[in-house]
Amino acid sequence: MGMIYCDYNATTPVDESVFELMRPFFCDHYGNASSRHQVGRIAKVAIDEARNKVANAIGVQPDQIIFTSGGTESNNLALKGFAGLIPVSRLVVSPIEHASVRVPAHELAWLGWELKQPGVNSDGVVDLEDMAQLLTGKCGLVSVMLANNETGVIQPVADIVKLAQKSGVLVHTDAVQAFGKMRVDFDLLGVDALSIAGHKIYGPKGVGALVIRKGVDLMPVLTGASHERGLRAGTENVAGIVGLGEACRLVIERMNTVETHLKECSGRLETGIEALGGVIFGRKASRVPNTSYFAFENIDGPVLAARLDDLGFCVATGSACSSGKTEPSPVLDAMGVPLHLARGAIRVSLGMHSTIADIEEFLSALNQCVSSLHRSAACA
Amino acid sequence: MEQNTVNLPIYLDYSATTPVDPRVASKMIPYLTEYFGNPASRSHVYGWTAEKAVENARNEVAMLVRCDPREIIWTSGATESNNLAIKGAAHFYKSKGRHLVTEKTEHKAVLDTMRELEREGFEVTYLDVEENGLVSVDTFRSALRPDTILASVMLVNNEIGVIQPIYELGEICCQQGVLLHVDAAQATGKVEIDLQSLQVDLMSFSAHKTYGPKGIGALYVRRKPRVRLEGQMHGGGHERGLRSGTLATHQIVGMGEAFRLAREEMGVENERVRYLRDRLLAGLVQIEETYINGDLIKRVPHNLNVSFNFVEGESLIMAIKDLAVSSGSACTSASLEPSYVLRALGRNDELAHSSIRFSIGRFTTEAEIDFTIDLIRKKIGRLREMSPLWEMFKEGIDLNQVQWSAH
Amino acid sequence: MAYSDKVLEHYENPRNVGSFDKDETGVATGMVGAPACGDVMKLQIKVNDKGIIEDARFKTYGCGSAIASSSLVTEWVKGKTLDEAMTIRNTQIAEELALPPVKIHCSILAEDAIKAAIEDYRIKNEPLPQVSAE
Repeated sequence: MGMIYCDYNATTPVDESVFELMRPFFCDHYGNASSRHQVGRIAKVAIDEARNKVANAIGVQPDQIIFTSGGTESNNLALKGFAGLIPVSRLVVSPIEHASVRVPAHELAWLGWELKQPGVNSDGVVDLEDMAQLLTGKCGLVSVMLANNETGVIQPVADIVKLAQKSGVLVHTDAVQAFGKMRVDFDLLGVDALSIAGHKIYGPKGVGALVIRKGVDLMPVLTGASHERGLRAGTENVAGIVGLGEACRLVIERMNTVETHLKECSGRLETGIEALGGVIFGRKASRVPNTSYFAFENIDGPVLAARLDDLGFCVATGSACSSGKTEPSPVLDAMGVPLHLARGAIRVSLGMHSTIADIEEFLSALNQCVSSLHRSAACA
Repeated sequence: MEQNTVNLPIYLDYSATTPVDPRVASKMIPYLTEYFGNPASRSHVYGWTAEKAVENARNEVAMLVRCDPREIIWTSGATESNNLAIKGAAHFYKSKGRHLVTEKTEHKAVLDTMRELEREGFEVTYLDVEENGLVSVDTFRSALRPDTILASVMLVNNEIGVIQPIYELGEICCQQGVLLHVDAAQATGKVEIDLQSLQVDLMSFSAHKTYGPKGIGALYVRRKPRVRLEGQMHGGGHERGLRSGTLATHQIVGMGEAFRLAREEMGVENERVRYLRDRLLAGLVQIEETYINGDLIKRVPHNLNVSFNFVEGESLIMAIKDLAVSSGSACTSASLEPSYVLRALGRNDELAHSSIRFSIGRFTTEAEIDFTIDLIRKKIGRLREMSPLWEMFKEGIDLNQVQWSAH
Repeated sequence: MAYSDKVLEHYENPRNVGSFDKDETGVATGMVGAPACGDVMKLQIKVNDKGIIEDARFKTYGCGSAIASSSLVTEWVKGKTLDEAMTIRNTQIAEELALPPVKIHCSILAEDAIKAAIEDYRIKNEPLPQVSAE
């Protein structure tokens, strides 16, 4: 498209090899996996293979994978699915969660759950002391994302699990942004459920998975026929699932090279941003290597993004889902970032196809926009 | 000129799923790798391109069923649409009443959802159908109560292909102030759907039954008068807050194109399919003791559901492995129970068990139909030779009078 | 449903399909199962005057495993005495055909069919118990 895409956290292009694997399942191997005939069995085999790939990538058994239509559905299923089977008590959800965790949490609060949120420090990390207090007593469920989609800050999920285990609290983590950018091992994390989405890892949109611990049960949200062991009804999106499987396999295969590459690119990027006077949110925290969330004093985020867009760079202001709104990000609010700075927030998220040359061009464009916007602010 | 050779297995299971039409696939594919933007991204052209494609597709869906595009919500499929419609409406309107009405031959996505609502304290009436598979308008009318808030009746049945009297049911619901939900997953591209004249409040659609991709569907939610729903998938507020989740552009483009083709080609295609189905029917009724399940007139031309007496269902499926067909609906074919739809028609277990659903589609050829007729004749003959029940029938024994020694 | 090769073989080429005249001397018939259960097996044996089963026929209304079980049984009973045939166990049938757990009942029915046929033979051919005169 002639643009330089720097919004990989919003979505990613489907990898060519993922697409080639998916292709036959639209027109040629089109069977319904529940059909008992040959045509259906081919679809079923493909789904089983994909399930194995996803399981390997996360370090679990295939029967711990539930395929869904994406990250939002996986998060909805985790929260509502767990809540449906345990007595109503306290639900702890961090204030920096994606809407697809926050909003279901509010729904559960409507149904009588006591919704509590831990504090978040100025680096964007959930406060573990707060957590320790909230996870005692009558607490049933906690959800904390593994990496934040806006700041990229990695949350101490394994520590939270240890706190939770003392009181028998179920732990869910939204790993939609983390998976593919950092190592994700289900057993090392120790969580009871974990969400991933295809379209953040160079797989197709419209497909994701919820990984659950063995022995843990959920109430299904989509009821109907007995797909996914009765946990998620609906004719399987075979092509999508095949795509997700291959995307997961590639995540593991490419982890090292991608990590190195992203670190190099973002190192250069952030040096450049700071040289121009930009403030990077969550700078001191441990972050995934592709995300840079920053602002310039007295420069409005959406205006800067529009200028950058004019110059051929696709960036985001806040998360894609809320990019139509003009309120500042609740994540920055929770971190205590003052409004005048939060309003300038821009997110650049890099990916496999980002190059150092792109970064240099971006920095040059950023310099141009920032200078011109500062000048016009000065003149106003 | 139609080809005379056939490729095995012959696919006659279009009601279970359909191949994506190559024209649909080529329209979809650029949105996977090239125009891959998130349609919710407001800040760049990748997002805008994707959003435009989504809105075009929404128009296409709306045009096929003659509604306003703002009345179409994207979902991950008909199962989700059914869940959203039924639970969403029941939860929203529960202060007005807690009684729901449906009928016994609905897809499991409706029946199971109704059962879940029963567990929540709603009361559900499951209507019987007539022997021809149709809901009686009078029975339906008498089932409605002052505290009924929602009825759900499918437009076309997936197993027997019968077309329910939705126009009449809609009028009744409108008069009584009851919301009507219709599962139209099997109907698009097969019957005219005119939401300007049907008094329907909610309608579920599936792409993969109409030569579109799997994993995408839609729900029609009437605006005038406005129907309210409690969303079931919460998050970023997509689809006007009714269904959150990043929109899968390529899937939506596929569904839009599939529905456009359906609108443009349905008339001609139905005639061709009807011809093929009638040919198949003529060939099969020559076999003794075959029974057609479901009304023959009020039925889509694509479906033929036949029971073969005195032959066991599983051995029949094994015998015809050169055909990809269904015995019972695809979703429930893993279980050993006979089809609940056929039982609801009053078929006994054996006839329900020994039924085959043939569903014809866009790519079915005359040669395939002729091969099928031949194969069925041969295999039924062979299985009946092996069948003690057929032997007894031929000897004039009334099997209903026999004392069986079941173990 | 995946069938074992043995089951498929018997299904494609069943042995001894057919019927004897049930009134013929030496012929005994066992009919087990019920249409409602999805399995009905008719097993017929022809016993010679030495008490050896010299021929067998079957007709089965049932799934591939049921057809295979009854076909196999007609092979196994040939050449056996009635007592020997009584020792045929469903576990042997199930093992020979590699039946999955959900199809074990087909082998049980086949075992029942043998027993029913043999019982029928005994009823037809053994002397009636003497009623002792008062």
